Amino acid sequence: MFGYGLRRLLEAVLVLWLAATLAFVAMQLTPGDPAETLLAASGASPEEIARRRAQLGLNDPIPVQYVRYLADLARGDLGTSWLQGRSVGRMILERLSGTVELALAAGLVGIALGVGLGLLAALYRDTWVDTLAMAVAAVGLSTPVFWSGLLLILLFSLHLRWLPSSGWGDARHLVLPALTLGFSLSGPIARLVRTQVVEILRMPFILAAQGRGVPLWRIFLIHILRPAAGPVIALIGLQFGFLLGGAVVTESVFAREGLGRLTVQAILWRDLPVVRGIALVGALAYLLTSLLADLCHAWLDPRLHQSEER
Amino acid sequence: MRAPCLLTIPQLQAISRRPPPGRQPAVWLALLWLGAVILGSVMAPYLAPTGPLVADPSFALLPPGPGRLLGTDSLGRDVLTRILWGGRWTLTMGGVALALTIGIGLPVGLLAGSRGGAVDAVLMRFLDAWLAFPGLLLAMTVVAILGPGLIPAAIGVGLSAAAPYARVTRTTARAIRAQPYIEAARAVGASPWRIAIRHILPNAAPTLIAFALAQLGRVLLSGASLNFLGLGAPPGTPEWGAMLDDGRSYLRVAPWIATFPGLTLTLTVLAANILGDRIQE
Repeated sequence: MFGYGLRRLLEAVLVLWLAATLAFVAMQLTPGDPAETLLAASGASPEEIARRRAQLGLNDPIPVQYVRYLADLARGDLGTSWLQGRSVGRMILERLSGTVELALAAGLVGIALGVGLGLLAALYRDTWVDTLAMAVAAVGLSTPVFWSGLLLILLFSLHLRWLPSSGWGDARHLVLPALTLGFSLSGPIARLVRTQVVEILRMPFILAAQGRGVPLWRIFLIHILRPAAGPVIALIGLQFGFLLGGAVVTESVFAREGLGRLTVQAILWRDLPVVRGIALVGALAYLLTSLLADLCHAWLDPRLHQSEER
Repeated sequence: MRAPCLLTIPQLQAISRRPPPGRQPAVWLALLWLGAVILGSVMAPYLAPTGPLVADPSFALLPPGPGRLLGTDSLGRDVLTRILWGGRWTLTMGGVALALTIGIGLPVGLLAGSRGGAVDAVLMRFLDAWLAFPGLLLAMTVVAILGPGLIPAAIGVGLSAAAPYARVTRTTARAIRAQPYIEAARAVGASPWRIAIRHILPNAAPTLIAFALAQLGRVLLSGASLNFLGLGAPPGTPEWGAMLDDGRSYLRVAPWIATFPGLTLTLTVLAANILGDRIQE
């Protein structure tokens, strides 16, 4: 288990370095640079721009810039915003809590809904319950969050007046965004849970357990849920990237303060260091989550790492 | 409703009996809907000759009724007309993005899967790095580099969907490469390229077509999301995602402006997903 974990960690570090390199290359390919963007607007002379460029180290050979960029990243420095002149890391940190709050809440809703629908479908396989649960999952998978979000606002905020439609503050502001994003997350989870449980129900050990007279709740918890959990956790790790992208759109629908608005504004103003910083933080978060999910999966299903260690 | 099948032993071993795709009503409905959407966008100039941009403030914010089936928006433009014309933007965007997905994903995946060895290892690590950027964020980064617009957004969406496509192609190609007939082809001296294109590609085609259809749904969703955020088509364009963005300020007084484009988009994505799923099975 330890060897497996170490190998996966090294792999993740390698992938992170490659991702950072891709981001660097993308920036190099982009026309325009901070000296121009920052100073040209304020009517600075060409000499001033040239001086600024030298100051920022943009005249150095590209390999030197690359090494400096990696060294900065390793220290946690994501660069400086072209427009605001502030540290990108600090700008992201200020907005992070809102997005993390939404992602966690939506993740919980998505897992609860997805596992519930998947179990219902598997246990009542080939009945109308199965059909209905899978239809709900398919609709969840296909509905854009910006539409389901507006429909929820229409029903719960404008007609029933139960919940606030926008802004953020107490838990009541979190309910609708979390439901919106959680619903779209539940689709893939429900499908995988159904496939897994249907397959496990066909295994001889379920029949054997029933023959031994093991109580139903025990069969359910130990013999069905435990083996089904591994792949589902791995999927949730993979869905994390989708969750981040969905959070950006959901924040925009509900006018929540978070990374979403920062991202959209940075793109419209072409503030590339901020966009790159957000993409890198997203990649780091995704790699950490999928690493964690893989380790959980391996812990629940020892076959995964034992076959390699022998 | 019968008891959960946990209780009924014979059902445990039973194989699910699903009718073939041709006999499932959902498949026919999905085909019908996609056909209607494509036909509606192609025939838009004949079906709605006034065009999507003609505004008439005296007809602003009218609810659905005779003569304006889905109501009018804040500038008096007919919502149904805009949906019909908007299909052109949305479908063009999806088409460009999907072409890019396949155009990049297929060769890369085929190369990695059919060559194996060091080529495979290096390409896979780069794919991992590419996949590490969450899909929509990668597309947004591309838009930031190229500048907002419908085509940059389509390129971003296509690039972000290319990595999973390459991955599936590679897995499929690897499975086929292990077959005896590939070894036979190699034994008679066929070049690696010939093996990849003449032997592996035709056998991988069914899986790859099904996965492309499944990706179409994702691509349409991501593209519309970018338009909704204002990063794609310029304001006022009758694209479905952008129309939703226009309509949300009038949600209280005229909910139909945002509701109907969203419904159209959802049904289209649902239809693409249903077809992709059923073909994959």
